[in-house]
Amino acid sequence: MHIIESGNVAAATGVKLSRVQVIAAYPITPQTPLTEKLSEFVESEQLTAQYIPVESEHSAMAVCIAASTAGTRAFTATSANGLLYMNEQLHWAVGARLPIVTCVVNRGIGAPWTVWNDQQDSMAQRDVGWIQLYASDHQQIIDSVIKAFRLAQTVSIPVMVCYDGYLLSHTYMPFDLPEQSEVDAFLPPFVPKHFLDPENPGNFNTVTLPDVRPGVDGTMRPGYIEIRHNLHQDLRAALDSYAEIDREFEQRFGRGGSPFVEQYRCDDARFVAVAVGSLSYQLRDVIDTMREDGIAIGVMGVQMYRPFPDQAVASALAGKECVIVFEKALSYGNQGPLYSDIKSTLYRMDDRPIIHNYILGLGGREIKTQQLLDALTESCARPAAIEDTPRWIGLKLQEEHHG
Amino acid sequence: MATKTYCEMISRSQPGPGDGGNTGSWRVKRPIIDYDKCIPAKTKKRACFTCWLLCPDCVVSKTIPPAINLDYCKGCGICAEECPAGAIEMVDEASQTGKEK
Repeated sequence: MHIIESGNVAAATGVKLSRVQVIAAYPITPQTPLTEKLSEFVESEQLTAQYIPVESEHSAMAVCIAASTAGTRAFTATSANGLLYMNEQLHWAVGARLPIVTCVVNRGIGAPWTVWNDQQDSMAQRDVGWIQLYASDHQQIIDSVIKAFRLAQTVSIPVMVCYDGYLLSHTYMPFDLPEQSEVDAFLPPFVPKHFLDPENPGNFNTVTLPDVRPGVDGTMRPGYIEIRHNLHQDLRAALDSYAEIDREFEQRFGRGGSPFVEQYRCDDARFVAVAVGSLSYQLRDVIDTMREDGIAIGVMGVQMYRPFPDQAVASALAGKECVIVFEKALSYGNQGPLYSDIKSTLYRMDDRPIIHNYILGLGGREIKTQQLLDALTESCARPAAIEDTPRWIGLKLQEEHHG
Repeated sequence: MATKTYCEMISRSQPGPGDGGNTGSWRVKRPIIDYDKCIPAKTKKRACFTCWLLCPDCVVSKTIPPAINLDYCKGCGICAEECPAGAIEMVDEASQTGKEK
């Protein structure tokens, strides 16, 4: 059944269909309508879950950690500074290998205050160890939430489902509502290997020593570095798991087939624009216009950012003349984070493409289609060399007068 | 899934004595109970046991008289601070280790 609703309601509905058992969240713009919707679902008994209001995002994640450790399916959502306030607990959740799902409704980070969209908040969390999925429209939001729970419990790693604040969270779009029975068949209940159980007491995430050591029963216990190594290995293995989950989702729901990157008119393209989230769909219009002018260009949307799908990215970009990466985030003092990652993926190619980086849309600065067209036209006309310094789009700097 | 040298994804332990090692070796001050002042020792009744209740490492026995397991006592001194009879004194560990030899 198709409905027309906001992106936040798409996310909340995905959470409901996933039969979440514990929700703990603190409202923050632009995430607020998502958690309000979930509290409505719980209050009206459309969703049987504990909704635990908390005084901060740090506590929201702490509650999810506790709930997940007790063996329940847990969810929270946040944005921007709320996500940063959660940071310490994000590290804990993944180190404890808990299958929590969190929606990040992307918003710029203060200071200075902004409530508008960019992707600095979740991009700044790329090294935490969480899996990061990015949705480009409402259908992808609801589908990604459902797939995220399946992936999280398959690999015992928490998942962030990120989508653009306002551009997706507050706009209305038609999307298909999966049947509850189909979701139930796709997403079995969470059965933890270890959980807080009074019948079988245990200590979880106990202090590790620099070296391995025997436990009280004499068996060898891993040290910190082994546990962290295993997390990294399992994150890499999560790429294959997600491909399988996406295939199964596609068979059941008829949507999917591009779990890592979504390519549009890339097959015969000499040039490829790259972006994350709704911007990748906005770029499709620009690509269509340029195709009419005879420029062989396509666009690639990156849908999974961590673990980084390097093979999918490499096979999509191999043999291209120039790759143009548009980012609403910046690793300050260096480059766009996605740009650095794509560049390192291309490095091992003998005939690697030229690559350009554009920073745009920070703090919700409007991204005009004409600006994208101008930037792409310029990069396609003069690929020249790989650039270390990003170009900026739409800056309105006051002219400086010296001496 | 990746093959692991150690099967555990997380650091996990079952309850049991000494999972954190012989923590008694951390001790700088040792609690000494004066059984002439200790309420259960003096009255021969199951009373008080404040030290047993408050010890964060559960090394005080609920016995008459109470005893302290020095293998795991870290010497935090909470028992001495809280004893209503003033029966527990914290003494330098170094002054005691010599006596044991």
